[in-house]
Amino acid sequence: MTNSLQMDSPRTAVSNPPVQAMDSNLGERDLVRRSATSDLPPPERQLTAVAKLIDVSKCIGCKACQSACVEWNDTHPGVGENVGVYTNPHDLTEDMFTLMRFSEWINPETDNLEWLIRKDGCMHCADPGCLKACPAPGAIVQYSNGIVDFIHENCIGCGYCVKGCPFNIPRISKADHRAYKCTLCSDRVAVGQGPACAKACPTQAIVFGTKDDMKKHADERIADLKSRGYANAGLYDPQGVGGTHVMYVLHHNDKPHIYADLPDDPKISGVVQAWKGATKYVGLATMGFLAVGAALHGVFAKPNRVSHEDEEGAEEVLKDKLGGQSEERA
Amino acid sequence: MVKAERVQPGDEIHMGPPITVDRYGPAARVNHWITALSLILLAISGLALFHPSLFFLTALFGGGQTTRWIHPWIGVVLFISFYIFFFQLWKANLFTRTDVKWLMSVKEVLTAQEDKLPEVGKYNAGQKMIFWGMALLIMALIITGVIIWDQYFLEATAIPTKRIAVLVHALAAVAIICIFIFHVYAAIWTRGTLRAMTRGTVTGGWAFRHHRKWFKELAQRRRVDPAE
Repeated sequence: MTNSLQMDSPRTAVSNPPVQAMDSNLGERDLVRRSATSDLPPPERQLTAVAKLIDVSKCIGCKACQSACVEWNDTHPGVGENVGVYTNPHDLTEDMFTLMRFSEWINPETDNLEWLIRKDGCMHCADPGCLKACPAPGAIVQYSNGIVDFIHENCIGCGYCVKGCPFNIPRISKADHRAYKCTLCSDRVAVGQGPACAKACPTQAIVFGTKDDMKKHADERIADLKSRGYANAGLYDPQGVGGTHVMYVLHHNDKPHIYADLPDDPKISGVVQAWKGATKYVGLATMGFLAVGAALHGVFAKPNRVSHEDEEGAEEVLKDKLGGQSEERA
Repeated sequence: MVKAERVQPGDEIHMGPPITVDRYGPAARVNHWITALSLILLAISGLALFHPSLFFLTALFGGGQTTRWIHPWIGVVLFISFYIFFFQLWKANLFTRTDVKWLMSVKEVLTAQEDKLPEVGKYNAGQKMIFWGMALLIMALIITGVIIWDQYFLEATAIPTKRIAVLVHALAAVAIICIFIFHVYAAIWTRGTLRAMTRGTVTGGWAFRHHRKWFKELAQRRRVDPAE
């Protein structure tokens, strides 16, 4: 790792951190997407795409990743309540960016109980629904290495990202009304270190590196699983969202939903696409057209004015209808 | 037999001169302007979150965070004030056969040839459509708005429901802003209308020109305050 400082992104999470201080390697110039921003200049350079690979078949459910995540991100999840399952806390929260979800599944082919453990968290989609939905300029960004990050000072807490996300990941803090999720440890990756969860994982079920390396590693793992009888083992890198920068090796890749409702074919909802696509442009055009049309009509068309004849007409109606009134009143 | 829908409590002719007709009492006018102000603030804050090119409008409310929390509360104010107003006006806004004839003569309406139009009561078909359009859209907006009011109702509905709600909310908002533009423009183009919502009265000539049936019925029913 002697040349780690020259590399644009760390190639592994297990190495020790660089000993010299270094500047952050991820900045504004590396953005490929910025929420609610149409005139983003192209990035000055293309960083190597990175990815986290989570091999569920190697996970022992120790939750070291959760602890490392909490520690690195300095969040303070409250003490939970045991309701008889290992999943703790019960859901992702603004203080818990990653969560081991435990599922008990009976394999219909073997009648064996399989204990499936999936580390849930942001998938860092190549086509992020959260970013598409976000109305606040710069609150959600995507770097050229694939990391999707929330920039909290720009967040307005509207929750549109929650609606845009195909994986139900972002959570809005009740304390500061801002959205939180896994950052893929962008602040570590920026200084040559892999994500805290991958660093802490004792079985290397979580590994980190370039997306190409992770796919190669996944291939080896899948071959191994297939040799052990998992015929449907495969890589979860869903193309419906353009691929993801957090990928899973699943021993039952033909049915991702058995892993605590991992979507089989995730994509940005058509409703969200319609809302953020046609509605936005056609809506604005319609309102603008009408306002301009009204203004033009106001300038060029003759106003609808009450005429002298109308005033006389009113007097006649009163004379006609009330002609006998004075006599009646008298 | 005079139909109840055409005249409303409080409508009254003053002999003048000049002849004036009471069209809206103080309570209705206060109600109208609370609704109007709320709708304008909602449109501005909503548009700010609707299209990135309009996000700068959040500055008028003190930033994006404030815009995000204040918008739904203004919505509640609008909903309440509009529906108080609604129950004052709905009977006079029921559609009649005359409205069909009026609507068929769209060319005469737009060119202000009102002598060629059937005589109308307190509201013409266009006004009635604006009234019912507003009523329907405000109902749609408050329902979908509560569904996406995550600060208080996050747990109440599932994400797929919220996605539909946010789309319907946006579409309804576009529609209501269009109706709002029609409403304001019609009130300005039809000279002498605005005073109905400021002073509460219109001139006899205005009533004769635009709402002759209403005016005639007020006279018929002796809803007249003799000369001062």
